[in-house]
Amino acid sequence: MNLTLRIWRQSGPQDKGRMVTYPVDDVSPDMSFLEMLDVLNERLILAGEEPVAFDHDCREGICGMCGLMINGDAHGPQRGTTACQLHMRQFKDGETIDIEPWRARAFPVIKDLVVNRSAFDKIIAAGGYITAPTGSAPEAHAAPVAKANADAAFESAACIGCGACVAACPNGSGMLFTAAKVTQLSLLPQGQPERYTRVIGMVDAHDEAGFGGCTNAGECTAVCPKGIPLNTIGRLNRDYLTATAKRGDTPGS
Amino acid sequence: MELFTEGEPIADTKAPDGPVEKRWETRRFEAKLVNPANRRKLTVIVVGTGLAGGSAAATLAEQGYRVRSYCYQDSPRRAHSIAAQGGINAAKNYRNDGDSVHRLFYDTVKGGDFRSRESNVHRLAEVSVNIIDQCVAQGVPFAREYGGLLDTRSFGGAQVQRTFYARGQTGQQLLLGAYQALERQIGLGNVEMHTRHEMLELVVVDGRARGIVVRDMVTGEISTEMADAVVLASGGYGNVFYLSTNAKGCNVTASWRAHRKGAYFANPCYTQIHPTCIPVSGDHQSKLTLMSESLRNDGRVWVPKAKGDDRDPRQIPEDERDYYLERIYPSFGNLVPRDIASRAAKNVCDEGRGVGPTKLGVYLDFADAIERLGRKAIEAKYGNLFEMYERITGEDPYRVPMRIYPAVHYTMGGLWVDYDLQSTIPGLFVIGEANFSDHGANRLGASALMQGLADGYFVLPTTIAHYLASGPLDKVDASHPAAVQARRDVEDRIARLLAVNGDRTVDSFHRELGQIMWEHCGMERSEAGLRKAIDEIRALREQFWQRVRVPGDGEGLNQSLEKAGRVADFFELAELMCIDALHREESCGGHFRAEHQTPDGEAQRDDDRFAYVAAWEFTATGEPAVLHKEDLKFEYVHPTQRSYK
Repeated sequence: MNLTLRIWRQSGPQDKGRMVTYPVDDVSPDMSFLEMLDVLNERLILAGEEPVAFDHDCREGICGMCGLMINGDAHGPQRGTTACQLHMRQFKDGETIDIEPWRARAFPVIKDLVVNRSAFDKIIAAGGYITAPTGSAPEAHAAPVAKANADAAFESAACIGCGACVAACPNGSGMLFTAAKVTQLSLLPQGQPERYTRVIGMVDAHDEAGFGGCTNAGECTAVCPKGIPLNTIGRLNRDYLTATAKRGDTPGS
Repeated sequence: MELFTEGEPIADTKAPDGPVEKRWETRRFEAKLVNPANRRKLTVIVVGTGLAGGSAAATLAEQGYRVRSYCYQDSPRRAHSIAAQGGINAAKNYRNDGDSVHRLFYDTVKGGDFRSRESNVHRLAEVSVNIIDQCVAQGVPFAREYGGLLDTRSFGGAQVQRTFYARGQTGQQLLLGAYQALERQIGLGNVEMHTRHEMLELVVVDGRARGIVVRDMVTGEISTEMADAVVLASGGYGNVFYLSTNAKGCNVTASWRAHRKGAYFANPCYTQIHPTCIPVSGDHQSKLTLMSESLRNDGRVWVPKAKGDDRDPRQIPEDERDYYLERIYPSFGNLVPRDIASRAAKNVCDEGRGVGPTKLGVYLDFADAIERLGRKAIEAKYGNLFEMYERITGEDPYRVPMRIYPAVHYTMGGLWVDYDLQSTIPGLFVIGEANFSDHGANRLGASALMQGLADGYFVLPTTIAHYLASGPLDKVDASHPAAVQARRDVEDRIARLLAVNGDRTVDSFHRELGQIMWEHCGMERSEAGLRKAIDEIRALREQFWQRVRVPGDGEGLNQSLEKAGRVADFFELAELMCIDALHREESCGGHFRAEHQTPDGEAQRDDDRFAYVAAWEFTATGEPAVLHKEDLKFEYVHPTQRSYK
C-alpha cells in the first residue's frame, strides 16, 4: 500500500506546531500502525531528518502508553483497539491519514505526538486505592465477593489509562477514567470503608488537574479500547452525591 | 584469546542453616530492625515500577523510609508486568487437590531443571500464600466462583490447580494493585516519583552502592541521586533478541551498568522461549505477542502428520494430525513446561511439518473445547486473547485453529544475589526478573508474578532493613569524586553516541544483533554456532560505534538516543550470554546444547560438572570475564532427569 501521512510536528511545549506531509510507500497490510511509523522514522533518520516522537511500549494493547488521534478518532477507526494493535489492513491503498496527539488542557504536548498524562496519576494518588499496607491483609477467603460484582469490578478495572476518553471528549473530561476506578473499588467489600472519601478525593483531583466536566456526550466510551461502560459515570455521580451529603452532616468526615 | 578465566567460588549465600522450611523464619528473626524514627532518615532508590519495584517502593514507604522511585515510562502503571496474562501461583490448596508449600517448592525446583537454590525457592513458595491475601485486600478483581470464592486453574509443569487469575489480564490487575499502593504513598509524600527518567549509571562509594545517575528523558538533564541503598527492579533482558514479547523499552542498561561496576551477572544464558506466541509475519515486525499459556488448558497443539501438507487445517482429518505433545508426553500432554513445548514445536517445524505462510508455526486448536464446553464458556475464559489474536492476524480463532510459534519471553538469568537479594556490591539489591534467583534454568508459568511480588512486598523489606540497620553510612553527596566520575561517564557516552553520525540506524543494528542471538543462542545452541556468534557480535559492536546514526542532540526528548544507549549495552550482554552458553556444556531447562541430549532428544544435564550457578565478573569490554561458581546443593529435591512423560 502507498499512503500519505499528515503528522503533527511540534518541537517542544513552546513551539506552535504544524501538520507536515510525508508519503510512505510499500506499507504491508500486516504491519501494525506503529510499525508503519517505525518505517517512516527509519527513512527520516537516514535522510537526515528528525524522526517523529510518539509514545509506545508494550505494543500489545495493555500498557496504555500509546495514544494517537488517527483521522480524528482516538486510537483510529477500529473499535476496542489501541493504536499499537491497529493494523494497516484497516486502511485503503492511496489513503491520506491524519495523525495528531491527544489534545486536552490536562495533557500538554511534550513533543510531536507525545503528551504528558501525569494528571491521571494524581487522580489515583488522591484516592484511587484501598488502604491495605503490606502484611495487614486478612485471609483471602475471609470476604467472599458475589461473582457478578467481581466480574463487574473486573470490567471497570480493565482501564489501561491511555487517555483516549479525554482526547475524544468535547470537554476534555477525565470522568470515564475516574469513574472506572471508583466503580471497581466500590463494587468490592474491601473498598467500602473508603468509598465516599475516595470519590470526593478523586473528583477534586480531577477538577484541579484541568480536566473539563462531564456532560454525558458519551464519546469517551465509544473510543475506549477496553470498552469501559458509560454507566460507571452514573455510579460515580451517585456515590459523589451521597458523599457530599455525608460530608455535610457527619462529624469528622 | 581466552574467553573467560575462573576465579574464586562463591562460598556463602547467607541462607541460614537448618531445615529448609525454617530458614526464612530464622532469617526474619535474625535480621536487624531499623527503629521507626530512624527510617525517616534513610533514603532508598528503587529503579523500575513493575510488580517487584512498585510493590517494594510502596512497602518501604509504608514502613517509613524515604523512597525515590524511577521509571522510563510516563507512569509507573505502565511497567511491563502489566502485560502478564495468565496468572499467579500460590500454594493455597483451595482446591483440596494435594497442593502444599512443599509441592510448589518441589515443582519449582524441578521445573527449573535443578538449577536454582532450594532455600530461595522454598521461601518463595511460603510467601506465595501471603501474596494472594495482600492482593485481594487491595481490591485486585481475581476471577471468582459462583459462591464468591477465588477460582484457580492449571498451568504448565503442575498437576494441581494453583494458578489464580483475572481473566487474561492478571499482570495488569496485580500491577495496578501495587501501583495504587505506590500512588497512595506518593500522595502522602513518602515516595518521590520520577517518571520518564532512565538510570544510566550506578554510583559506588567505598565499595557500596550509594546512588545512581539518571537522565530526564524530557529535558535531557543528567542528575546524580544519592541514597543509603539502591534497589534495581528493572526487569529482564529478552530484548537482546530484538524480537521478543517484552515491551519495546525493556532493556538491560540498569543491570549492565551495575554489572560493570562490580555486580556479578548470573546464568545469562538461561532464557525462556515461550511456546505460544503469534508467529512472525514479516520484516517489519517490531515485537512478538504472547498468547497466554493458559490457552493450553483447553487448546490442543498439533501439526499435520505429512510434511508440506498445505490443506486448510479444518480439512485435515483427525487421523492425519499429530497431536505431538499428547503423543510424546502423555501424562502432562499439552501442559508440559515451556522449554519442552517450545523445543517440540521447533522439532516438528524442522522436520518440515510447520504450518502457515512461513512454515514456522503449529496449530493450537480449540475445536474440541468449543464442542465440549460451548463457545460461551471459551469466550468467558479467553475472550480477550481470541480478540487480540484476530486483530493481529485477521483470522478468527473460534473457527480456524490459532497458529503459534515460540518466542523469547523471559530471562531467568540476571544479577547474582544472595539469600537477602543483595548483589555482590553491598547496598545494591536486585529484585524481580532483574535478579537470577528463583527459577533456575526454566521458569514455570505464573511464577514470575509470584516472584516479583514476593521479592517486593515481603522479602526485600525485611532484608534491606538488616543492611540499613548496620549503618549509619558516611554522609556523601553528588560532589563525591565517585559520583562526579559516574556522571561524567554518562555525559561522555552520550556525546560519543551523538558524535558518530554514521549511516545506519540504531534499529538496524539491534535487529541484526537479534538475528545472531536467535540463530545461535536461541532454542538450540552448539559450540560452533556460539563461537561464530561471539565473533559476529564483536564485529557488529565495532561497526555500531563507527556507523550508527543518532539524530538530534542530548537536550530534550530524543528517542533514538535512548535506544542507542540500550543497544550499546545489549551488545556487551549478548557476548556474555554466548560465553555462558558455550561454557555450560550440558543442556538444562531453557539452555539446550545440541551436543548434550538424550537418545530421545531431551535435555541431558550434567550434574557432576554443572550443578552450579555461573556468576560472571566484569573486567573490561571485550576482555575475558571471570567466572565464579556457586555450587548448588540439593537436600530436599533430588535431581532426576525431568520427566513429563
